[in-house]
Amino acid sequence: MSTQPLSNQPRPMDFESKSMRSNRARRTATNYFVSGLCILATVLVILPLLAILFYLIYKGASSLNLAFFTHIPAPVGETGGGMANSIIGSGIILFLASLMGIPIGIAAGVYLAEFGRGTTLANAVRFTADVLNGVPSIVMGISIYSLIVIQQKHFSALAGGVALAIMMVPTITRTTEEMLATVPHAIREAALGLGVPKWRTAISISLRTASPGIITGCMLAFARVAGETAPLLFTAFGNQFWSFKLSEPIAALPLQIYVYAISPYDEWHRLAWAGSLVLIVLIMVSVTLVRIFANRGVLKGGS
Amino acid sequence: MSNPPAASAADVAPAVVGTTLSPIRDYLAKRGSGRLADNSFAAVMLICACSIFAIVLFIFGILVVHSRLSLVQFGWKFFTRQAWDPVSGDFGALPFIYGTLATSLLALCMAVPLALGVAIFLTELCPRPLRAPISFLTELLAAIPSVVYGLWAVFVLVPLMRDVIGPFLSKILGWTGFFEGPNFGVGLLTASMILAVMILPIISSLTRDIMTAVPNSQREAALALGATRWEMIRIGVLRNSRIGIVGAVMLGLGRALGETMAVTMVIGNHPDISKSLFAPGYTLASVIANEFSEATGDLYLSALIEIGLALFLVTIVVNAIARLMVWAVTRNAPARVI
Repeated sequence: MSTQPLSNQPRPMDFESKSMRSNRARRTATNYFVSGLCILATVLVILPLLAILFYLIYKGASSLNLAFFTHIPAPVGETGGGMANSIIGSGIILFLASLMGIPIGIAAGVYLAEFGRGTTLANAVRFTADVLNGVPSIVMGISIYSLIVIQQKHFSALAGGVALAIMMVPTITRTTEEMLATVPHAIREAALGLGVPKWRTAISISLRTASPGIITGCMLAFARVAGETAPLLFTAFGNQFWSFKLSEPIAALPLQIYVYAISPYDEWHRLAWAGSLVLIVLIMVSVTLVRIFANRGVLKGGS
Repeated sequence: MSNPPAASAADVAPAVVGTTLSPIRDYLAKRGSGRLADNSFAAVMLICACSIFAIVLFIFGILVVHSRLSLVQFGWKFFTRQAWDPVSGDFGALPFIYGTLATSLLALCMAVPLALGVAIFLTELCPRPLRAPISFLTELLAAIPSVVYGLWAVFVLVPLMRDVIGPFLSKILGWTGFFEGPNFGVGLLTASMILAVMILPIISSLTRDIMTAVPNSQREAALALGATRWEMIRIGVLRNSRIGIVGAVMLGLGRALGETMAVTMVIGNHPDISKSLFAPGYTLASVIANEFSEATGDLYLSALIEIGLALFLVTIVVNAIARLMVWAVTRNAPARVI
């Protein structure tokens, strides 16, 4: 009785004709199909990562021992030996690179954010930094070779450091600038209003407020060049023995991994896996720290 | 305004005046002008900023100077000749250009659909709690050094290619001519596969940024008109960000063109042009990596440096265009740390 008029009401989908309904079914099916493809793509991308990590741990961990961290490479045919000189050498090169690259990078970032904001010059610098970021690392290697190694007539740790420093600058500049841009203007104005000179404001107010982000940027740049091999091939060149002189060829972990990987000896392959595991752990730890750091430290200040 | 009393107080005891001024005015009065310090600080920052121009110009200059022997000797023909004969001093870059283009384009063919899929999944489909861990994992791929990719490829991917994937491909697709000839495991196809894995993270993370920059009203409008979720992504999101996505793909291409170590380790290092993707090849970057330190003779060295110069110019152009495209789309998006 009272339900009769209700059942006469058109149901929500009744305005669809039969062809529209089949059309809807097709569109829904496409939707699920594409969603499935996207999930499949994600799985396919994560698989190689897991495979690489698995192999590194599986092959690398079994080859790690104390000798690896304390000995220099053994001559061909002898077992044992380690990569101690490569680890120290990498440390020296990276220290040199950071010493040169970080101050220049941060200063350029400060210019972009504090002094040149909006000017044509600043835009050009920003664009050039982005483009420089994409220049292949091997090109850095041969240009530093032409500049320093040919002049000095021998490979050196210093040349390796300069090549890596050049690669660090654009990354650091861009992160510094982006982090400084998140510092609220009110803070700067407050400092300037109190009569603090502009250079002091830039250093103790802007840079200090943005420091978590800037440290993040520096560590990312550091992690990126820590694994670079190509620019070191013709600059640091590698060394089978201890070397602490900046003007001599020096061993580096990525270089040594490369040499061992393409060698025909099983013993050396073993060392290459162990070296890769050490390198990856170093990089992953710094990148993960950066993530945690960045998530906590990113400035939440409004304008 | 009690001017006269203040003035008289100043006449009587100057020390009293100092106490009536605020500490800041006092500080400023003692400090003097900061203009010199300000200007010199700004100048130092400016010099550091300009050092980025200097780096680019210096790389270009030094590569031109050191490759002039080969520039003069071969001219433009350098890039169209196939010869690579260090003994008789005859050099041409065509096999390396072919190898670089073939591996990069093949890598793009593999990486772009996957990267787009990941980006769509992460921005539009992924449940919120999974979003951060998955994007973290994909970006970890970018943190793995090239030489470790190479090591993995040499010991895992190459045997896999030789024993499983290669025979399978030649059985299924052998008739196309791309998968014939002897299959050693190393070659153009293996190099492209490892390149694809390496450029995936950069394309997917940029595409993700670009898609996030699309305003939500676009999505809502499409859904309100009755679109399914995929139609919403296609019409509302992908169509709006296509310029940026092309830019991201080109940035990936720039990375692929210059990638050195991993490719050098698995491409086979043989300057040949062959239709088969199983055949060993050579790329611009890997010929430099392999032969630079053993290049004897000025012409040999300068030919290699000219290859480096070509690589530099090409990647600069590709990256510049790509950056402009990405900027055009994400210009007003908020800054991100990483």
